[in-house]
Amino acid sequence: MSGLEGLYQQIILDQAKRRNGDGPLDGADAEHHEFNPTCGDEITVRVKLDDDGTRLAALAWQGDGCSISMASASTLAELASGRPVEEVRGLIEGFRTMLRSQGAGEPDEELLGDAIAFHGVSKYVMRVKCAMLSWVALEAALAKAAPAAE
Amino acid sequence: MSTSDLDTIGQRTVTDLRSDFPAFADGAAYGARPDGGTPVAYLDSAATAQRPARVLDAERDYLEQHLAPVHRGASAAVGVSTTLFEDARATVARFVGAGEREIVWAENATDALNIVALGMADASAGLGGPEASRFALESGDEILVTEAEHHANLIPWQRLAARTGARLRAVRVDERGIWSIDALTAELSERTRVVAIAEVSNVTGHLAPVAEVVAAVRERSPRALVVLDACQSVPHLPSDLGALGVDFAAFSGHKMLGPNGIGVLYGRAELLDALPPARTGGSTITRVTIDSAEFLPAPHRFEAGTQPVSQVVALAEAVRYLESIGMAAVAAHERSLAERVAVQLAEVPGVRLIGPPPGSPRAGLVSVAVDGVHAHDVGQFLDDAGVIVRVGHHCAQPLHRALGITATTRASAHVYTTADEMDRFVATLGEVRSFFGVSGADEAAAVIA
Repeated sequence: MSGLEGLYQQIILDQAKRRNGDGPLDGADAEHHEFNPTCGDEITVRVKLDDDGTRLAALAWQGDGCSISMASASTLAELASGRPVEEVRGLIEGFRTMLRSQGAGEPDEELLGDAIAFHGVSKYVMRVKCAMLSWVALEAALAKAAPAAE
Repeated sequence: MSTSDLDTIGQRTVTDLRSDFPAFADGAAYGARPDGGTPVAYLDSAATAQRPARVLDAERDYLEQHLAPVHRGASAAVGVSTTLFEDARATVARFVGAGEREIVWAENATDALNIVALGMADASAGLGGPEASRFALESGDEILVTEAEHHANLIPWQRLAARTGARLRAVRVDERGIWSIDALTAELSERTRVVAIAEVSNVTGHLAPVAEVVAAVRERSPRALVVLDACQSVPHLPSDLGALGVDFAAFSGHKMLGPNGIGVLYGRAELLDALPPARTGGSTITRVTIDSAEFLPAPHRFEAGTQPVSQVVALAEAVRYLESIGMAAVAAHERSLAERVAVQLAEVPGVRLIGPPPGSPRAGLVSVAVDGVHAHDVGQFLDDAGVIVRVGHHCAQPLHRALGITATTRASAHVYTTADEMDRFVATLGEVRSFFGVSGADEAAAVIA
């Protein structure tokens, strides 16, 4: 089962149970709901920025889905909370690039940290959306809370 | 049911029958693997079925030997092509107990259902003259579906209701996802104008009591049309739509060992002749002026534009292939497989069987929810073990919502499915929860005890 274990690395199975960031967020600046119609997975990501709007002070999510989508949301919450918004945007872009790689190359561990565990997902085209769900939701929530400078 | 129905189908063994299908040949997608590994089990025939060589050959033969337009021009080649096209219609008509004029070619079953719903919308808007008024809906009228319907037999009716002011009602399902004839009958009234149900649920495998539904509708709702989604029944069970007495029915070629891109709308002739054609254009007409058009009788009034002739020809070959086996034998084989799975699943901890319990009639498909593991993860695990199933909501979100789950895992059979393949589905399913680390404490206790 090497293929399957490449997809479901232990860190992913653990994160799916840990569900970092699962819960409501009082005083959120913005939220975004994402839905994957093929499997019914859904997630709402809420964000709160610090006073000058440059740092993601808090991130929380509520949702239901497969282990990939839940582990991905948990990992995202761990990695993104407290970071400058611009860094978070870079993180999301790096994650998206990795998931579009179809298994090619080596993921950028310096940029992505524990999220490199999802590199194996990129080989499973039907599961890429599962992994991206919360990240896309965060991207949209950030766009609402802190529109990118032109 | 005899044990032999598992391994034989009619006069043939399943092993022998599989040799008719190129996909099961050595080295092919679902055949013996060059490395000696276990072949991949294809258990998603309810979504799309494998095709026998003779169906593929029929399509290629038509394209190589007879390709020409149908019903237009005057050449001998057109005559041959048109004859093949119309002979195919007669073959499909015979197969489902219909008259030739009662079979309309559509893109797929979804398209067929839309032809009815959109035709009724046109009638409601005043198109089609006085003979179409029987299809006209208005505020106060009701359309009845069930919670178990495939979206293809739901959304067209939602749109028809929205266009006409009619009200859409749904018969509720129980905790197994099954609706009862009593629950349906209770929803019928003189206001009911459409009753749209599936003969076999694509999720639960439940067989609807269609004859009873027709009788109840005729008694309580004399103005109602019965529309049957026959996608999961015509490819798997003996069908006699004429005797069943439904008004319309829809099914698709690719689920019955035939091509994609061809579906069938059945309608009682007098209804089809009066239903306004939702899509209009060339070859549907008698007389056209710059301001108006008069339409042909059924079926041609619905077949606008160039038709998928090679698919039609190949579909007829698929029908002849199924007839050569015998639909009663097909049904017995698939039923025995599904029953075997249902019985075995009762022994697998943490697996919830959707649909009829073991011992009750069910079509050749089985859907389950695995406690604590999302269906996508279940499907991935099965896929890795070489068992191809369908995961998701199967285009039946309301049904899944009623069951309190977002998605299920479905294994489905066709003529070529073996007991061994179904057993691998059950055995692999039994390993899913421990892989994802959700085996319950109660089971651990049971093991210790």
